[in-house]
Amino acid sequence: MNYALEIKNLVKTYTGGTKALNGISLNVKEGDFYALLGPNGAGKSSTIGIIGTLVTKTSGSVKIFDKDIDINVAEAKSMLGVVSQEINFSQFEKVLDIVTTQAGFYGIKKSIAKPKVKDILIRLGLWDMRNDQARTLSGGYKRRLMIAKALIHEPKLLILDEPTAGVDIELRREMWDFLREINNNGTTIILTTHYLEEAEQLCRNIGIIDKGEIVADTSMKDLLSRLDVQGFVLDLEEHLEAEPKIDGYSLKLEDSLTLVTAINKNKSINNLFDELNKLGIKVKSLRNESNRLEELFIEMVKR
Amino acid sequence: MNQKQQFNISVTLWTLTSKEIRRFLRIWIQTLVPPAITMSLYFVIFGSLIGPRIGEMDGFNYVQFMIPGLIMMSVITNSYANVVSSFYSVKFQKSIEELLISPMPNWTILLGFILGGVARGVLVGMIVFFVSLFFYPEFQIQNVPLTLLVLLLTAILFSLMGFLNAIFADSFDAISVVPTFVLTPLIYLGGVFYSINILPDFWRSISMANPMLYVVNTFREGMLGVSDVSISFSLIMISIFIIVFSFLCLYLLKKGIGIRT
Repeated sequence: MNYALEIKNLVKTYTGGTKALNGISLNVKEGDFYALLGPNGAGKSSTIGIIGTLVTKTSGSVKIFDKDIDINVAEAKSMLGVVSQEINFSQFEKVLDIVTTQAGFYGIKKSIAKPKVKDILIRLGLWDMRNDQARTLSGGYKRRLMIAKALIHEPKLLILDEPTAGVDIELRREMWDFLREINNNGTTIILTTHYLEEAEQLCRNIGIIDKGEIVADTSMKDLLSRLDVQGFVLDLEEHLEAEPKIDGYSLKLEDSLTLVTAINKNKSINNLFDELNKLGIKVKSLRNESNRLEELFIEMVKR
Repeated sequence: MNQKQQFNISVTLWTLTSKEIRRFLRIWIQTLVPPAITMSLYFVIFGSLIGPRIGEMDGFNYVQFMIPGLIMMSVITNSYANVVSSFYSVKFQKSIEELLISPMPNWTILLGFILGGVARGVLVGMIVFFVSLFFYPEFQIQNVPLTLLVLLLTAILFSLMGFLNAIFADSFDAISVVPTFVLTPLIYLGGVFYSINILPDFWRSISMANPMLYVVNTFREGMLGVSDVSISFSLIMISIFIIVFSFLCLYLLKKGIGIRT
């Protein structure tokens, strides 16, 4: 098995004694789209910081495509791109200069970098702003610039630490499409996010970290299958005055035209429709009640 | 990186160095103009107005005597200021992460910032020299190789000191403390405006402990051919300090002191 990232017994104790990571181990397969989730202070950023060598580890090892970050430093780093949580470019430089300089830091000559920079700026919708000072960009475009910077040396592993924080829905969806595209083209992606819908939409595998320990490391499908109940919202054709009583189903009237229900995995949704039909209640449409992953996440980290 | 053959360490070094040079050239009104104006004022007040009343110093016209000292003062303050402000700014803005995540080795990071500081120090030194020619057009450099050697070594030494200051700095106050309370008094008392031969014995002995005296006088030896100190001793000491500070900076970078969590 080829791993894009291999973490073994990673420990981080900060000066002052705070233990952020208690010996975590984690493998991410080549080509994967992996979500690393956890509440604030769980150890996500410490883990990413150590992989990117921004944080010094107390013990343990990290390999990127089999290259140890302590031994094969340049090779390991050349294969890694990191989009940090906070803006980390000089706000007074032009967009074009920031990305071109970043290519230079990876040893890419200007003549080779030039078409690459143009390509990545066009793909991320930044080309028209190439001569603008970075500080004049909106929050969403600053995030795009961070991604452009991280991708300019064509890393095989891309780590994004909450890339869509504070980004509007339209821009977020565009970024999702872009990330899916580069993942389909072979880039392994590790994503941390607070938007669990984002992880559910994009990622195939998931790790949940809490209090410096991995509490889940599995496929998204497997994790979601652990859910016993699913919530549904039923939009009704006609107004209802009171909640209908149906044996085996819990129904709640959110407003006179909306019914909310939680259905156990071993129960059929068809039976519910049959019972509603008998009562003369017609359902216009059906949708998932809430983010399913969120429920699992809360359950796992509250233990 | 997919195209391994593209990785070229000289490209990384040039990228950082040119970025540093672009930075101080972009803000030339803050970096290049002030030394030209300040030094012009020194030449006008101490050279043209007060200078004739002072008379000769070590056998030279006072303006002529001041020129090497004022050039050195500019080189020291500018090379130091360039590196301390630039490196602390990248720490403050977190753009240092761009460097730390990249495959650039630590020595390249250090050298890139030092070359930026040297470039500004030397450029400002040349500006001050050209300004001085307005006040003393017949000035001639006595020993060009020694002058250039001391100019470069001084710019390197104080760029390294600026880098050290920036590594330990955790606020903008911390980057101004050393220049204000240490560098400036030592420079002013380091023989920029006078020869220590005019001092009483006690103060002359005290002055010999001031490292700036050696830098200023070695440069004066190159430009005028006179010095209050031993040139070989000064050059050896400057070189030793450069080596010690270089290794110290590299050690701190390796340990991540002040830059990694």
